Amino acid sequence: MDILPILIDWLPYLLSGIASTLGLVLAALGLGVLLGLPMALGQVYGARPVRWVVGIYVWFFRGLPILVLLFLFWFGIFPALGLGELSAFIVGAVVLGLRGAAYQSQIFRGAIQSVGEGQMIAARSLGMSRLTAIRSVILPQAMRIALPGWSNEYPNILTDSAVCYAIGVVELLTITSRMVTQTHITMPIYLAAAGIFIVLNYGGLKLLHRLEKRIAIPGFGTGAM
Amino acid sequence: MDQAVFFFEILLPALMQGLVVTLQLIACSAPFGLALGVAVAVGRQYGNPVVSWLCKTYVFLIKGTPLLLLLFILYFGLPSIGITFTAFVASVVGFILCNGAYNAEYIRGALISIKEGQMVAAQALGMTRWQAIRNVILPQALRRAIPGLSNEFIYLIKYSSLAYMITVIELSGAGKLVATKYFTYTESFAAVGIVYLVLVSITTIAVTILEKRVAVPGTVRATPSAQL
Repeated sequence: MDILPILIDWLPYLLSGIASTLGLVLAALGLGVLLGLPMALGQVYGARPVRWVVGIYVWFFRGLPILVLLFLFWFGIFPALGLGELSAFIVGAVVLGLRGAAYQSQIFRGAIQSVGEGQMIAARSLGMSRLTAIRSVILPQAMRIALPGWSNEYPNILTDSAVCYAIGVVELLTITSRMVTQTHITMPIYLAAAGIFIVLNYGGLKLLHRLEKRIAIPGFGTGAM
Repeated sequence: MDQAVFFFEILLPALMQGLVVTLQLIACSAPFGLALGVAVAVGRQYGNPVVSWLCKTYVFLIKGTPLLLLLFILYFGLPSIGITFTAFVASVVGFILCNGAYNAEYIRGALISIKEGQMVAAQALGMTRWQAIRNVILPQALRRAIPGLSNEFIYLIKYSSLAYMITVIELSGAGKLVATKYFTYTESFAAVGIVYLVLVSITTIAVTILEKRVAVPGTVRATPSAQL
């Protein structure tokens, strides 16, 4: 059986599924940076209670399977907080983001710690405040060091986003399943979906690696990670 | 219904039954995942160009595909071409394929980190290439790969939950069934989560001990100890 006409028939749905998957991934990556970076700073420079709270957060979100986290938030925590009206897409993106933050915070933490301690001392002795030193001296270097490790979060989040199928987010895998149920063609459609995921995966990575090269400072090696 | 009755007489027994299935899934997958990882890494690093290319492509394809989609292919897709697995077997096959690919990457990294001179020296002593790989290179490389491999093992524990999506009632599935039946979503999934946290934490500790035990005195550990 020829798969191509069917794929073309379903193209609008497939594209909406791809858009939804990429939306999940981008939202999760964004949220991951937004939360993960302050968490990393808290873990390196924060007071003991801050470090402790961040540690627990990371332990919790890295110790649970993504499926259980999705179920817990979708069926349990969000409805209990009165947020039961939120769409599955938003819940999926938030959960992927909260979990991404736990992983990304550790990438940022490693990068911040790899910028030598002397830099902070030097910045302080030049009269900078701690915050200015972090913002103007430490982070510009640390973020560049973190980028290769951070890029590797993209494929992880992309493949995890497929699990959002379980709470009914209409992303690429959901569209794929619907296609299979309605057309009764299984293998070709699944393999096509796998192909799309693979293209998204390595295509995205390529873009991120290009970004790494672009923002690299000549003579400043980023091979540390 | 009384909270304690619900917890001890309904939730806990169900979760323990699920836990048994989860442990079975892991026990059936992990050894083969490790073996596959070693085979693929060695094949890619030391095999002839065809074998090397095959190993590389396998890792490329598996790493690019979501595990859930792989499980769908194995369980819902393969019957259409005449291969039928039970849900449990399909899950185990999926976990082995996935675990093997990621393990292979860590082992390959460790193989590369063993200096080339060792192979030359081993062959100079009259060993065949294969003997050198087995007796000289791999024992060192596998030790260096332990942190990465244990990370993958922990991922395997967590991703074993995806078996529920192809109808295997393991830990997450057991929690989901109780949650749906008694309308206790937060409690049930929190309890499931605690069991996973315990499993993962125990593994982390066990791996640290293992790493110390198999360490060869005088050799330096290449990478810091495993984290989750």
